[in-house]
Amino acid sequence: MAQTTTLVPTMAVGLDIDAIRADFPILQRRIHDQPLVFLDSGASSQKPRQVIEALDRYYETTNANVHRGAYTLSEEATAQYEGARARVASFINACCPKEVIWTRNATEAINLVAYSWGRANLHRGDHILLTPMEHHSNIVPWQMLAGQMGLELDFMPIAPDGTLVLDNLDRLLTPRTRLFAFTAMSNVLGTINPVKELTAAAHRVGALALVDGAQYVPHAPIDVQALDIDFLAFSGHKMLGPTGIGVLWGKREILNSMPPFMGGGDMIREVHLRHSTWNELPWKFEAGTQAIAQAIGLAAAVDYLENVGMAAIHRYESQLTGYAMERLSEVEGLRMLGPSADKRGGLVAFTLGDIHPHDIAAMLDTMGIAVRAGHHCAQPIHEHFGIPASARASFYLYNTPAEVDALVAGLHKVVEMFAF
Amino acid sequence: MDLYRDEILDHYKHPRHFGHLDRPSLTFHDTNPFCGDEITLELQIEDGVIKDVAFTGHGCAISRAAASMMSEAILGKRLDELKGWNKEDIIDLLGIEVGPVRMKCALLPLKALKAAVWGLADDGEAAA
Repeated sequence: MAQTTTLVPTMAVGLDIDAIRADFPILQRRIHDQPLVFLDSGASSQKPRQVIEALDRYYETTNANVHRGAYTLSEEATAQYEGARARVASFINACCPKEVIWTRNATEAINLVAYSWGRANLHRGDHILLTPMEHHSNIVPWQMLAGQMGLELDFMPIAPDGTLVLDNLDRLLTPRTRLFAFTAMSNVLGTINPVKELTAAAHRVGALALVDGAQYVPHAPIDVQALDIDFLAFSGHKMLGPTGIGVLWGKREILNSMPPFMGGGDMIREVHLRHSTWNELPWKFEAGTQAIAQAIGLAAAVDYLENVGMAAIHRYESQLTGYAMERLSEVEGLRMLGPSADKRGGLVAFTLGDIHPHDIAAMLDTMGIAVRAGHHCAQPIHEHFGIPASARASFYLYNTPAEVDALVAGLHKVVEMFAF
Repeated sequence: MDLYRDEILDHYKHPRHFGHLDRPSLTFHDTNPFCGDEITLELQIEDGVIKDVAFTGHGCAISRAAASMMSEAILGKRLDELKGWNKEDIIDLLGIEVGPVRMKCALLPLKALKAAVWGLADDGEAAA
């Protein structure tokens, strides 16, 4: 077996990782009698005590439906729920809380745009521009809409290092292009895309820009006004928040012009037997009782992240990823997907000779190490690189260089065990 | 029990019946797109009995070991008997506890086998 060094670099930024780790009860768990090394935050992050307690507190002291009863609990619940919306709005620098629409997750946010804006605004022969590195949630809704409405889908070319080729962008964006939907950060390659530049190019031909922020928003500062994007979709559970809560942010004037997504309670102003009128933003898009506790939990997650500092989190993860890529390159037969550390966020997907990613993940699990294996809901980008699947380690603010060392040591064992 | 016990790794590294038959009576291809696993199963059938078997494809250690072990086990078996096989038969062969996530890997070879033999009458002729 190859010797692994235990060289741990001093992280230059001032995150108190020990204090952060102490906030996450699950990190105390042992898996197969080993300390848990959780490297799958790209799929879903762990939750700090502050978020878990916010959920408990809501259910134990405040639980009631919002926007309904003229009684204390309902008023308190409404204030906390709408306060959470304002909290998320300021986190992404939205102009106002009404631009923040609660959804279940980023997937539902993108589907909302496809069903509501897409059906009302697109016509046969219109084009939508996408990239091959999109998660299925930013491909399949557009395929479905294209099939129903006779739309054309175009895809940006991608360089061998997994970055977008920008040279022909102005030829790909034509007056027939009505929407450019792209991820801010690939969940497989880690590539961080130039959101501002892509958005400006879309706007030059009159297309709207929809950004899938599921991977980016949890890990770096984002300012929707400075970027001038039109829609942003992200999920709470990838950013220390609960499952079941996500966000569609959109520019107010665009959201105002869109028809409702789903019909039901709370999204209406008046209902008569044969017609109804719609509520105003943001409630027009929120039919039925929403994930109230989860929205409040997400606000607690945002508090936690901002308390640590998004810029500091981003810097720390960049350094950790650089270190991980350096160490992973020592493993025999390991091939990393995507660009150099300076062009990516905190994740590394890789293949390891002919060893199937499921076997990599299952063997690492016996050592307490959790990584993702499969196509990570991004089959087209795997197809693009000619591989059926990959293993992926993704990092967050609670991961350490020592955990990267554990991963590398584990991979040496995997090679030893499965090599022919 | 250990997922990667020695016998599993042995079948993975040295799969039995890996390759092609000269004159297969039947060839069946199946995939598991979720993990990218793929199997092509070839059967030579005489008088409703499996006379020879071969498989090719790629997949994880569990799916490959399952294909290898299953190939050994079905040799000489009657089609009507194989039609009654279910997931327990494969788990018994593997001799490990397979969790819900890996179950699809373990059962891909069986899925191919069942699809192949259910397309045949018990005497090995194509079913009407």
